[in-house]
Amino acid sequence: MSDARSTQTLPSASPVTSSARATRLRFAAFWGLPPLVWQLAFFVVPLGFLVAMTFWSVKSFRLTPDATLANWTFILNAGFFRNAYVYTFWLAGLTALLASLIAFPAAYTLAFRLQPATRRFLVFMLVVPFFTSYPVRIYSTQIFFSPQGIINAALHPLGLGPISVLNSPTGTVIGYLVLTLPLVVLLQTFALMNVPKTLIEAAHNLGCGRLRTILTVIVPSARIGLVVAATFAFVLAFGDYVAPLYLGGSKPPTLSILIADQVKSGNHWPRASVVAVIMILTLVAVMSTMLALAYGRRGAKP
Amino acid sequence: MSRALLRRAALLVWTFLVFTFIFAPIISTIVFSFNADRFPSLPWGGFSLQWYEAVFADASVQRGLVNSLIVAGATSVIATFLGFAAAYVDYRYRFFGKAAYTAIVALPPTVPVVILGVAMLTFEGRIGLSGTLTGVTVGHVVLAAPFAMALVRMRLADLDPDIERAAWNLGATPWSTITGVVIPFCLPAILASIFLTAAVSFDEFMIAWFVSGVNETLPVRVLAMLQGQVSPRINAIGALVFAVSMTLVVAAQILLGRNGRRSKETQP
Repeated sequence: MSDARSTQTLPSASPVTSSARATRLRFAAFWGLPPLVWQLAFFVVPLGFLVAMTFWSVKSFRLTPDATLANWTFILNAGFFRNAYVYTFWLAGLTALLASLIAFPAAYTLAFRLQPATRRFLVFMLVVPFFTSYPVRIYSTQIFFSPQGIINAALHPLGLGPISVLNSPTGTVIGYLVLTLPLVVLLQTFALMNVPKTLIEAAHNLGCGRLRTILTVIVPSARIGLVVAATFAFVLAFGDYVAPLYLGGSKPPTLSILIADQVKSGNHWPRASVVAVIMILTLVAVMSTMLALAYGRRGAKP
Repeated sequence: MSRALLRRAALLVWTFLVFTFIFAPIISTIVFSFNADRFPSLPWGGFSLQWYEAVFADASVQRGLVNSLIVAGATSVIATFLGFAAAYVDYRYRFFGKAAYTAIVALPPTVPVVILGVAMLTFEGRIGLSGTLTGVTVGHVVLAAPFAMALVRMRLADLDPDIERAAWNLGATPWSTITGVVIPFCLPAILASIFLTAAVSFDEFMIAWFVSGVNETLPVRVLAMLQGQVSPRINAIGALVFAVSMTLVVAAQILLGRNGRRSKETQP
C-alpha cells in the first residue's frame, strides 16, 4: 500500500512530521491490506490455480504438475462436452429470454401501476427468495410437478393431464426460472422506475398508443437495465447445478454437472478445471457482448 | 374506458401469477412441513409436528446445523470486517490501481458458485484446508465480503469526507477519528452486514458441498437428502432454514431502514 496516498490536503501551516506520516501509512495499510490479501489469497490465487491445473496430468490416480495440453484436447474433442456445452448455452439463453418476457409485464405493473407503498413491499418480497434455500425450493417444485403432485391433482378434475415435465429439459428450464425470475423482475422494475415519467407523458400527449409507447419509448430508454437483467439470468442459469440435476434428471447433463461428476466421482480434476475455465471464458464473452449491446448503440438512436 | 380496465386487470393477474410462481415453492415448504401425510399433495392430511420431531432427533441434521451456525458466525464477523475495511479504503483514499482493488474485492459473486467451489477445493486441498470448517468459512468470506462492502459503502456515501479531514487537521489521529466518528456512523450498516453475510453463508450450499467433506453444513445435508427419496423432513428443515435466514434479513432491513431515515433527517 505504499502507493496509497490520502486525498486530504493538509494546510501548509502544520508541517507533517515523519512520525505522523508513518502513523497514517500504518493506518492505511491496516484497512487496505486485509481485504486485498484475503481476496488475493482465497479468490484470485484459487482461480489462477484452477487455470494452472488445466495443464496438469493425472498419473496413476495422482495429480502431477505438468505442462500438457492433453486435458484441453481431450475435453474440446469430447462429444459429451460439446453436447453439454451447446445444451447448457441454449437452455441458459432460452431462460434469459423467457424470464425477461415473463417478468416484463410484472415489472411494468410494479413500476407504473402500483402505489409506492405496495411497490416497496413487493420489492422487499422479491429479495426473500435469495435467502430461502434454493435446493429446498427446487425440491418443492419437484413435488409440484411429480406424477401424484399438486399440479396433476389440480389438472385431473378438469379432465387434463397428467403432465410430466420432470427429468426433461422443460423441467430444467422451470427450475432455472425459479432461480432467475425474482432477480429479473427486481432488476427490470428498477430499470423501468428510472424511465423519466415526462418522456412517457410526452409520448401519450403526442397520441402514441400504450403498446407503441412501451416498444418505442419505455423499452429503449430502460434498455441497459433490461439487458443487465437478462444477462444475470443467463449467468445464473449457465452455472446452476441444482435445477438440471433434480428437475432435469441430468439427462442430458449440463456443464456444471460435468464438473461436479468429474470432481466428485471421476476424480479427474484437471479435466473439470478445463470445463470450469471454458465456462468462465464463455461468461466473460457473453457479459461483454451484452454490455456492448446495452451501451453500444446509445448514440445511434436519436 | 373498459379497455383500460381490462388491460389493468390483465396486468395485475399476470403479476399475481408471476409472484405465485416465485412464492409457491416457499409457501408449500412451510405448509407441508406441518402435513401429517408422507407425500405432500392435496388433500391436506392433517396437522402434525412429526417431521420437526424427526428432524430434531436426526443426529446428522443436528451436526449440520451446528456446523452451519459456526461457519455463518465466523463468516459474518470476518466478512464484515473485510467489507468495512474495503469500503472505508474506497471512501477515503485515491491511489493507483484502485479500480483493480475494488474489482478484486467485489467480483466473487459474479463467478458461478460451482466454479468457485472447484477452485476452492483444488486450492484448499493443497494447503490442507479442504474438509474443514475453516475451509468452508474461507470460501464463504470470499463470497460474502462484497455484500458487506456494498452495505457499508452506501452508508459512507452519506458521511461528508470533510468531517474526518477537519478532525485530522485539528490534531486527531486517524485511529481516534475512525473509532469516534466513522465506525459509530456506520454502525447500523455494520450490524446489517453482519446479519446479511451470516444469511449468505447460512444458505450457501455449493462451495460448502465441494469443500466441507465429512463436516457437512445444513444446506449440504439437505442436498444429500434430496438425492434420497421424497421426505417431508426436507420441508421441515427448509422451513427452519427459512425462518433463520428471514430473521437475519429482516433484522438487516430494519437496521438499514432506520439508517436511511436518519440520514434523511440529518441532511434535509
